[in-house]
Amino acid sequence: MDEALLNLLEENALSAPESLAAQLNSTPAEIKKRIGQLEKDRVILAYKAIVDDERAKRNHVKAVIEVRVTPEREGGFDRLAHRIAQYREVHSCFLMSGGFDLLVFIEGKTLQEVAGFVSEKLSTLPGVLSTATHFNLKTYKQQGVLREAIAHEERLKVSP
Amino acid sequence: MHLPVSSVSSPSRSDFIADHVRAIPRSGIRDFFEIVQSTPGVISLGIGEPDFVTPWHIREAAIYALERGKTGYTSNLGLLTLREEIARYAGENYGLSYDPPTEVLITVGVSEALDLALRAVLNPGDEVIYHEPCYVSYSPSIALAHGRAVAVSTREEDEFKLRPGPLRAAITPRSKVLLLNFPTNPTGAALSKTELEEIAAVCREHNLLVITDEIYSELSYSEPHTSIASLPGMRERTIFLHGFSKAFAMTGFRVGYACAPAPLIDAMMRIHQYGILCAPIVSQEAALEALRHGRNDMLEMREQYRRRRNFLVHAFRNMGLPCFEPRGAFYLFPGIKPTGKSSQDFALGLLKQEKVAVVPGSAFGPGGEGYVRCSYATALDQLEIAVERIARFAGTK
Repeated sequence: MDEALLNLLEENALSAPESLAAQLNSTPAEIKKRIGQLEKDRVILAYKAIVDDERAKRNHVKAVIEVRVTPEREGGFDRLAHRIAQYREVHSCFLMSGGFDLLVFIEGKTLQEVAGFVSEKLSTLPGVLSTATHFNLKTYKQQGVLREAIAHEERLKVSP
Repeated sequence: MHLPVSSVSSPSRSDFIADHVRAIPRSGIRDFFEIVQSTPGVISLGIGEPDFVTPWHIREAAIYALERGKTGYTSNLGLLTLREEIARYAGENYGLSYDPPTEVLITVGVSEALDLALRAVLNPGDEVIYHEPCYVSYSPSIALAHGRAVAVSTREEDEFKLRPGPLRAAITPRSKVLLLNFPTNPTGAALSKTELEEIAAVCREHNLLVITDEIYSELSYSEPHTSIASLPGMRERTIFLHGFSKAFAMTGFRVGYACAPAPLIDAMMRIHQYGILCAPIVSQEAALEALRHGRNDMLEMREQYRRRRNFLVHAFRNMGLPCFEPRGAFYLFPGIKPTGKSSQDFALGLLKQEKVAVVPGSAFGPGGEGYVRCSYATALDQLEIAVERIARFAGTK
């Protein structure tokens, strides 16, 4: 039940409890209770809109930074990763396998702001060995949503 | 005796049309389609195909086939690799066993496969029994193959299942074929294994050939689908028809198949090789990709259909319109008798007043009167709006 509910909310977090209940053969009251519990348990972290910055005419600068770090004795990667993740500029932060350790997604208003964050804050943290910054040039798909919808309007309105 | 020319053939010889073709009525869906097409802003629940675009990896496989220059004919039977994959798929999913070189034929959709099967086995006047309400093409296809269509009505109280009693009652010395379609378009009915066994027993007893259109078999929501071909003593008397349109959202690719004992496939192939030659190679390549790597896409689509079905069943019950919970396919077949309208009037009125298209049940045979077909191959947000409007129209809200 929770699994199916989460799938539906991931598709559309604004789905009404009545609609969710009908789809899952449940009741609106039960759905509200489940969602409340999932929020309380921090299984559901937040609800956000997925915005197309280009159409919203927001010229945000987005970048992905590959960060190599020295793991600390006892703390491993976690302590440093937490320090990095808490910066307001950091949107996402993941520990990765492969040629670098942390993958950090950041967003700023200008190129200078992002560059400043990398050179003044991120690179200077004790334990950070190197950074490689890649700027986002164009978005085609984000969080599972294609920027351009696939048109399927030629479908016949009535067919056998 | 010397007859005047006009009475030898049709009453009006001048239009050149053959009698058995002239006798075929226009499709009820066709008439309705014209009206819907000319009405702007319609939310359509009248669509008999998936609303999903074919999964990208399948489309990409078709593009790649073109890039590799796959633009020629294939064997009349279809690509052997695809036939092998079909045999594997039918084995794993339905417990069927067919020999790819001789017992599988790739066709242009199940529509062609059904036409071939009927033409391959019917002598003029042979009777084909089918259950109704049913897909719109069955009765005309039988007539075009010079057979006699014998409908057995199924009823909502009985979840639109075909039962051995009414089937027996329809059998005559001319009965040759039983045509099955479970899960059923338009009712969403399905038969359990036990219920199929009862039907199979009648077929064996009366030496009937079964042509089974199982195009919706993947879209079964209750119990796993059983094919009648897998039951004891049925393989030798069954033509199993299936395709890719519904499970893999590939209607426009036009690719289906028939599996049956070699002599039956050979007979069907003789018609197919002269009439069609082969199914398009690009579509066959796409179908190959669907069978090899499309399972997860299919499961995901089925899950979405299942949720939409739940939503619609719930909504119609709230409206006070009785509704059998469909076991498969993607149609709901609610009764509209409480509104006092005929299915045609209901559908036309709904279209005119609320701009929602549903298909009058009468399009699926006389037994469909009193019902409408609502397809849930439509996005949920559209269904939500449609349901509001239907409730307003039906006067229950």
